[in-house]
Amino acid sequence: MFASFEEWCRRAEEADLTLPATVIARERHNTDATEEAIRARILQTLDVMRAAIADGLSTDEQSPTRMTGGRARRLDAADDPLLGKPFRDLLVRAIATLEVNARMGLIVAAPTAGAAGIVPSVLLTMAETRGWSDDRLVDGMLVAGGVGAIIAHRASLAGAGGGCQAETGSAAAMAAAAVTWLEGGTPAQVGQAVALTVQGMLGLICDPVAGLVEIPCAYRNATAAVQAVAAAEMALAGLDFPIPVDEVLDVMGEVGRKMDVRYRETALGGLATTPTGQRIAEEAGMPELVALQRKGGARGEDAARLGPS
Amino acid sequence: MANLFDILGPSMVGPSSSHTAGACRLGFVAQSLIGGRPERATIELHGSFAMTGEGHGTKRAIIGGLLGMRPDDPGLRDSLARAAEEGLEYTFASVDLGESAHPNTTRIRAVRGEVETLMTGCSVGGGRILVQDIDGMPVALSGSLPTVVLVADDVPGTIAEITGLLSSRGINLATMRVDRTGRGERALMTIEADADIPADLEAELAALPWAHRVRTIGRLD
Repeated sequence: MFASFEEWCRRAEEADLTLPATVIARERHNTDATEEAIRARILQTLDVMRAAIADGLSTDEQSPTRMTGGRARRLDAADDPLLGKPFRDLLVRAIATLEVNARMGLIVAAPTAGAAGIVPSVLLTMAETRGWSDDRLVDGMLVAGGVGAIIAHRASLAGAGGGCQAETGSAAAMAAAAVTWLEGGTPAQVGQAVALTVQGMLGLICDPVAGLVEIPCAYRNATAAVQAVAAAEMALAGLDFPIPVDEVLDVMGEVGRKMDVRYRETALGGLATTPTGQRIAEEAGMPELVALQRKGGARGEDAARLGPS
Repeated sequence: MANLFDILGPSMVGPSSSHTAGACRLGFVAQSLIGGRPERATIELHGSFAMTGEGHGTKRAIIGGLLGMRPDDPGLRDSLARAAEEGLEYTFASVDLGESAHPNTTRIRAVRGEVETLMTGCSVGGGRILVQDIDGMPVALSGSLPTVVLVADDVPGTIAEITGLLSSRGINLATMRVDRTGRGERALMTIEADADIPADLEAELAALPWAHRVRTIGRLD
């Protein structure tokens, strides 16, 4: 797609196209798909996202570990949201999507399954509060896709490649960019929204308890959704981050590469290797993982066998 | 470089793009290589696939793929029961494929009638896969494009004949790779095309005198 935010903006300017139209042009060039087909497929994607949220709010069914399931419903039903309903909805919808994911339901990996809650939560909640049509949402999704592609090129989208910053950080950056564009932000402000999101999530480790995409993932999706809206709010007001977005993304890549493999989705560090984390892994029936966790909290050479994946 | 729907997707059954969606795709490719659902399969899991696969539904995903399911098929959840109904016998084992193997690697032996394949592939993230070895010959297949896998005699003129057949249908070649066991022995050709391979073209390729086995793998999404 694009190697840098700078390249995206330059191509848009040269062709006198908007940011989403430039993404369409690149995708058509790469895949022969028509604009109509691309937009239709994004609308289908939005339908899957909506259905996943509804699915998550439809049941109190617990995951086999009982770490997730029914929490989104509990939050949704709780009285007196601290910052009003939209803020509450951001959290509810992100958690609901991850709960569906944990019990092998249908979700959209945008960009990954572990970060599947953020883009839907932010875009669908803000579509309600700001009155965006589905056609407008498609433009937002195109902007989100462009941002994700740049991060894939300059850093990583996978927890195994760059920790949680690569998953929830990338998804939040994509969502922030989409919101900023849909609220009338300039391309420069879209870049600021990405930079402002990522700077707040640099270094976040991926330490899934029992190696499962449940905890902390569900709650990290919720807080990442909030980060996305916070960044868009600041970018739209013209707050500037002095380090250019492409340089910020390079830092994300560098931090990911230097991150100890224990903190890159191997479940050999962080929350996963706490005494309670190990007990949960044992109860979940993962003796090999627990044995490796106990072996000195995972030495590098063991961890290296497992990652990056 | 990533396409748009690698980023905004795939739509998939959870919980993990690498351990579930990618695993399903690896199973799907294995069944494509033998022309459909196997009767028997032996599946070896390496590294993180072996270690955390249980909680990620990796086994159910691979079996679902072997039954021809795609990553967004809700049937993946119950694929083990489906396998029993459809007469697929399978066994799973942990394996250590060594330091250099990707942590999410599986080796699948699948048998359908007289046809058998031994395929090694890994799940490289975001649901994307890389098939690295087919029947002892190195390949590098992503499945992101329609693919032809062809076992041929190592004789002159084979590549020209294949490219001729494809171009006569207006199908553009994206990549082509040829490996052989030794001079004058068997060669494995893998061809990724920009358009779907019609069934009659597959039959035409299979009828070539020097072609021993031709399989096509449709787009994986």
